[in-house]
Amino acid sequence: MKINFLFRTILGMLALIALTNCTNSAPEQQSSSSQASAPAGAGQSAVQDNDSQKDVVKVAISSPDHTTLVTAVKAAELVDVLSNAGPFTVFAPTNAAFEKLPPGTVTDLLKPDKKAVLQDILQYHVAVAVYKTEMLQDGQVIPMANDGKVTIGVKDGKYTVNGANIVASVPASNGIVHVIDAVLLPK
Amino acid sequence: MKIRHIFLLTVAVLMLPALLFTPGCKPKNISSAVEGDAAQKVYVAPGKYDEFYNIVSGGFNGQVAVYGIPSGRLLRIVPVFSQFAENGWGYSEETKPMLNTSHGFVPWDDSHHIALSTTNGEHDGRWAFVNGNNTPRIARINLKTFRTEEIIEIPNSSGNHSSPFLTENSEYAVAGTRFSYPMDDGDSDPDVAINTYKQNFKGTVSFIGINPESGEMKVSFQVLLPGVNFDLSRGGRGPSRDWFFFSCYNTEQANTLLEVNASQKDKDFIMALNWKKCEEYVKAGKGKKSKVRYAHNVYSDKTHTGTSTIETETIVLDPKELKDIVYFMPCPKSPHGCDVDPSGEYICGSGKLAAVIPVFSFQKIQKAIADKNFEGTFDDIPVLKYDAVLHGEVKKPGLGPLHTEFDGKGFAYTSFFVSSEIVKWNIEKLEVVDRVPTYYSIGHLSIPGGPTRKPHGKYVIAYNKITKDRYLPTGPELTQSAQLYDISGDKMKLLLDFPTTGEPHYAEAIPASLVAPKSVRFFKIEENEHPYAAKGEKEAKVFREGNKVHVNMTSIRSHFNPDNIEGVKMGDEVYFHVTNLEQDWDVPHGFAVKGANNAEILIMPGETCTLKWVPDRVGVFPIYCTDFCSALHQEMQGYVRVSPRGSSTPLTYSMGNKAAPTGAVK
Repeated sequence: MKINFLFRTILGMLALIALTNCTNSAPEQQSSSSQASAPAGAGQSAVQDNDSQKDVVKVAISSPDHTTLVTAVKAAELVDVLSNAGPFTVFAPTNAAFEKLPPGTVTDLLKPDKKAVLQDILQYHVAVAVYKTEMLQDGQVIPMANDGKVTIGVKDGKYTVNGANIVASVPASNGIVHVIDAVLLPK
Repeated sequence: MKIRHIFLLTVAVLMLPALLFTPGCKPKNISSAVEGDAAQKVYVAPGKYDEFYNIVSGGFNGQVAVYGIPSGRLLRIVPVFSQFAENGWGYSEETKPMLNTSHGFVPWDDSHHIALSTTNGEHDGRWAFVNGNNTPRIARINLKTFRTEEIIEIPNSSGNHSSPFLTENSEYAVAGTRFSYPMDDGDSDPDVAINTYKQNFKGTVSFIGINPESGEMKVSFQVLLPGVNFDLSRGGRGPSRDWFFFSCYNTEQANTLLEVNASQKDKDFIMALNWKKCEEYVKAGKGKKSKVRYAHNVYSDKTHTGTSTIETETIVLDPKELKDIVYFMPCPKSPHGCDVDPSGEYICGSGKLAAVIPVFSFQKIQKAIADKNFEGTFDDIPVLKYDAVLHGEVKKPGLGPLHTEFDGKGFAYTSFFVSSEIVKWNIEKLEVVDRVPTYYSIGHLSIPGGPTRKPHGKYVIAYNKITKDRYLPTGPELTQSAQLYDISGDKMKLLLDFPTTGEPHYAEAIPASLVAPKSVRFFKIEENEHPYAAKGEKEAKVFREGNKVHVNMTSIRSHFNPDNIEGVKMGDEVYFHVTNLEQDWDVPHGFAVKGANNAEILIMPGETCTLKWVPDRVGVFPIYCTDFCSALHQEMQGYVRVSPRGSSTPLTYSMGNKAAPTGAVK
């Protein structure tokens, strides 16, 4: 027992020495790096850049007619994806387009357990390639990011996608945004 | 039981040293060991920025590299004097003129020293200057774009080592002849016997005026000097701001086996030159016009094109006639570094073979000149008395002193090649206060702001010449090693080894806050004044001028316009003028064509670059983007059809499935 006690005492002392030794050298300055490029863990959407042309997300965010779409894109966690290099074609339904859906649809889609459904719907509005209107032809079928397809209509100089009217087109740094007056629902 | 306890006790006692020396708990008297908190001090977390830019010469790669400090991360290689197939520098039609010289196209050099622009002796974050040691040149890099904007050749010079150091307000960058030689300007006959060095060989130092607004350089004047080797230099500051100091070796004036013959004298010189007085003499017309040929190459961010002009005249001042512009100060044993402290009062010479570091006093130099306290003359130039100008000597500081930097707290840090160490010493008291080994054989060293009036201190970086076992071996050729030391305390502490590209000589470090906020993200397409720019897809076109086919092409995610071209014929020269229409940060496009004998090119957003291609056979050749730009980068491609000479295939071009327009013929 005596030896055991002695042993424990020595061990304790050693531990103490080790600890004191370490604390002596520990409180030095932190790494001197000054600024952070973006909040830790943030994706490309957090890059601070007010000089470059707006990407498709920033185009949507800057439009007062697309607050519902922006809310949905955020809920579906697609903001970083659409801030990527692209190239993207985004068919962007207006707030009025969302209002045409049956009452409660949007609220329902924004629920966390409906995220997969919402993602599927939103990805049905995105193609990976830039489709300018001058490249669109009547009856043209475009593959969408959710693995679905949309059909383009061109009649009398007016463009439609699955029957929804393209009411405006806005070029973006990583693609193009076609504003549409109805929400596209995957078939 | 007892035995077991004794066993445990023994184990515990044996562990005592282990516990005392666990990482993080090393005793601090082992100077060569890395302190436990080193990792913390150099760790720059993901997404965080370094505190300093380290702008580093590339030596034999002819370029400049940019590292972050304290992490040692390589941020960029800036092509300067050497062609760079990675982005087409020196291969594209726009950048070829940048490498023009009076010798024609010289696509390489040996870049040794960095000088960052200063205002009132402090870093202003505008430009980095770098010298070409071989074909005497100085280049200016714009720190907004980290691109070489200007290269000027130095006439009446052979080798440019003591360069491109600056005066306090960046009025001038200097150049000096490393290899004195028989002058070859219009009035001289350079065809002389090599062993007539003493009679016929001359040196010059040149003052390259810098436009305070644009940074544009011109050879303002040169000073004709005796034939010796001008090695390094520094501008004065504060009280000595009107002066420049150059180290000189081979005052023996040997022309062979300098290893022995240039090491004969106990003392060579540091030359003190009053550039302000030179300016006055130039203004008063006291200079002689010298007929020369030298290239002056300027790159424009508006036309995205370099132009090369051959200049034909300089002004030369002769100190044999103008007696009060140049003085020599004896300095022990082949001085290399010649460094001025932040106050401007002290000039430190580093004799490569000397056992002391002499420190000269500017006040004493002024008094010795006023008193004509000369020990004689060298080629008619007064030599000041050593004792009359000396502040004092640091005795036995180490072996092979090379260069000195300053921390702004009264200390100097000198690199020692032979004894592989950095020695810290007190400038006033001339006492050594600390030394640390380097790994191995240090050349230059750098303290952030070390050569300015207000050093930022904090770190000293060693640029070593020998690497040996510091990293995993990579065959006979190893990357160069650099070491970072913390100098915030009394003792220097080794923090980090980091590999460097090329062979760094001098480097400077500057706070990121002086440079980063001004960084350009892309070039504005509406300001693009390139004559072949297609500033929108509607402007894309192909046209013929004799056997030259011009393709004004656009690139944007994720296609070229046009991407199908027919009607090129054998014997044609095709010029792909590619405009990157992107207006987005960090979205360059590349351009390449099969079998190109030059390079591929990278085109920054808003820029136009031209790749010349001379087809060598009939067929269909792919063109494609070489910079992974987008999810459809691999789709960013097209074809050029080359038909036989005399073929009737019309010149057409297209993109998409619309009918191809016919190329105009001028």
